Amino acid sequence: MPETGVHSSYLNNEGKYHGLLAWLLTIDHKRIGLMYFFVVIAFFFIGAMLGLLMRTELLRPGEDIMGPQTYNGLFTIHGIIMIFVIVIPGLSVIFGNFFLPILIGARDVAFPRLNLLSFYLYLTGAILAVVSQFTGNGPPDTGWSFYVPYSSESSTNVIFALVAAVILGFSSILTGINFIVTIHRMRAPGMTFMRMPLFSWSIYSTAWIQVLATPIIGITLLMVIAERWLNIGFFDPALGGDPILFQHLFWIYSHPAVYIMILPAMGVVTEIFPTFSQKPVFGYTAIALSSLAIAIIGYFVWGHHMFTSGTSYLSRLFFSLLTFLVAVPSAIKVFNWVSTMYGGSIDLKPPLLYAIAFIFLFMIGGLTGLIQGALATNIQVHDTSFVVAHFHYIIFGGMGFAAFAGIHYWFPKMFGRMYNFRMANIAWGIIFIGFNLFYFPQLIIGMQGMPRRYFDYLPQFSTGQFISSIGAYIMVSGLIMMLINLIYGRYHGTIAPANPWKGGTLEWQIPSPPPVENFETIPHITRRPYFYGDNE
Amino acid sequence: MTTNHPVYTEHTDKEAGKLGMWIFLFTEMFLFGGLFLVYAVFRSLYSEDFHHAADELNTFIGTLNTVFLLTSSMTVAMSITAVQKKERSVALILVLTTLILASLFLVNKYYEWSHEFHYKIYPGSDVVRNMPRGELLFIGLYFMMTGLHALHVIIGMILLLICLVKIKTHQISDESHLLLDNAALYWHLVDLIWIFLFPLLYLIT
Repeated sequence: MPETGVHSSYLNNEGKYHGLLAWLLTIDHKRIGLMYFFVVIAFFFIGAMLGLLMRTELLRPGEDIMGPQTYNGLFTIHGIIMIFVIVIPGLSVIFGNFFLPILIGARDVAFPRLNLLSFYLYLTGAILAVVSQFTGNGPPDTGWSFYVPYSSESSTNVIFALVAAVILGFSSILTGINFIVTIHRMRAPGMTFMRMPLFSWSIYSTAWIQVLATPIIGITLLMVIAERWLNIGFFDPALGGDPILFQHLFWIYSHPAVYIMILPAMGVVTEIFPTFSQKPVFGYTAIALSSLAIAIIGYFVWGHHMFTSGTSYLSRLFFSLLTFLVAVPSAIKVFNWVSTMYGGSIDLKPPLLYAIAFIFLFMIGGLTGLIQGALATNIQVHDTSFVVAHFHYIIFGGMGFAAFAGIHYWFPKMFGRMYNFRMANIAWGIIFIGFNLFYFPQLIIGMQGMPRRYFDYLPQFSTGQFISSIGAYIMVSGLIMMLINLIYGRYHGTIAPANPWKGGTLEWQIPSPPPVENFETIPHITRRPYFYGDNE
Repeated sequence: MTTNHPVYTEHTDKEAGKLGMWIFLFTEMFLFGGLFLVYAVFRSLYSEDFHHAADELNTFIGTLNTVFLLTSSMTVAMSITAVQKKERSVALILVLTTLILASLFLVNKYYEWSHEFHYKIYPGSDVVRNMPRGELLFIGLYFMMTGLHALHVIIGMILLLICLVKIKTHQISDESHLLLDNAALYWHLVDLIWIFLFPLLYLIT
């Protein structure tokens, strides 16, 4: 099977165009997914390097390698790249594009050309975000949250960054529409909603949030652009506006956006646990519906970002309550993953290692989130590095580790070759240790009062900051090692069989790498996914 | 290249096209929804000022534009029926009428705006800066909302223009008219948003 598979693989079969054009003008969901993959990885390393520069500045107290204005520019563009270019689209555009159609037994997404348009909008937005650093009156310094009035008065190049975010949002909406329609219209015969692999469920929930929440950030950022450019007052008090209104509108999108980031990550690890435990997933329905529950409740918790903004006590109470409620479906998922492993024949391969690390880090992130969701403790940790650490535990520890898990899980399918397991395990260990050294001290000094977004700090925080910076170096070296291992595997790895992990979902039933049209004949589905060996 | 595999054909599904368009229209509504929300908040805070400012707008031009848009929605709907009945020349006339009505809407809008600019009523002008806070916000919202709406009118016109050409060249026929359907849906949305903008900006005085 693998040999014939390589022959008609989507990697070799060019279709109408040849060479580079065969990639740039492709409407094959797998090639588009792969293009996203390379762009996301490239921007991830740009963002990581910016982060590393900040950590270097924070290694010792005082001004070391940059002044405050440069630091402000760095954390802004680090945030914009990491949030809008990497984690919001990230998993859903890479693995959603590549695997969603295969997982539901389809030949492509519903609108392949629209899919390519989304990619180019995405690329334009990503490039604009970087260009904003080098043009105009210096890099934007507002932070990725663009809080008004500063963002409408700062003399730096804010409009570029805003336009970039609007374009990225538009791309995100189009991708969301595409996935929703794909899931509704293109499932293979017999593939009912309750027979879909759980990754498709998480992509489905994510797509709905993308479609329902992104227009709000679009119009909000357009209003800020209009405010800066045309002097139309909405949010800036100097023009008659109301800055709190901006915060509401901003978080109405940007909190659900956190679930846009984390839901596909949860979907990826949900595919990994049953495969490496060789056991059907525990609580299929609970996991599927908890994705929807997270999507729905997540839409109504934005006010917890504004506990110190002077909103009314009653509204703070409700937002706090709803925030605690989101923890319930998230915990349901965690219990189901652990129960899936219980009694299974566990095979500790790199994808599972990353997935287990995901649970550990996501739990720390989730529990520290509850500290901030509670009204009293929120006041103490608001705008400190505690928030930064919490956020990175969720986004990097959660979404990032799930992305690495997904890459190691699907790599043989995507490229038809294997990577070195030993190297992958070592890299995993280095990243995991580095990550915790990096962020755990920030939880502690944040609790003691270290503010976020400061380029300098008081001497009492220097031990924590020092450990944190060392952790950052360790983590980045692990990341580089992981990348080298994958690149080496891509070109020199052993040829991967069709089903290296004995997976039960559809993508493992076709050759590696998949042929252009995915399935020679569209499969008929007669039962739920995740059956292994004698479970049938 | 291998030949024993079926040629890669693009998937076409009319229902999918419709579903995608409907979801897209919802996102457009949310886009304007953000502005409506801001309008609602400021209106509740400064209702007096909003009444005054709305009184300044020319209700006659607004009403005329409403008539143009409502009629154009009807003609575009009729053009679909004409295409389904294979009456191509009727369909062409109807789409063209829609486009003319849309242009009349924009011409009207142009005169309305230039009139306001003439009296220095635009965001950031000295006249506006010295207005009471609520009136200032109203003027800003008025320009943002009608401006964004006008942009949508232009996009809708481009879509209809493409449809016009495709009907002429038989690419839109009684068997395949998804593009015209979706363009008409989009046009109805443009109309629908105006139906909300008109009373909010012109009538509540």
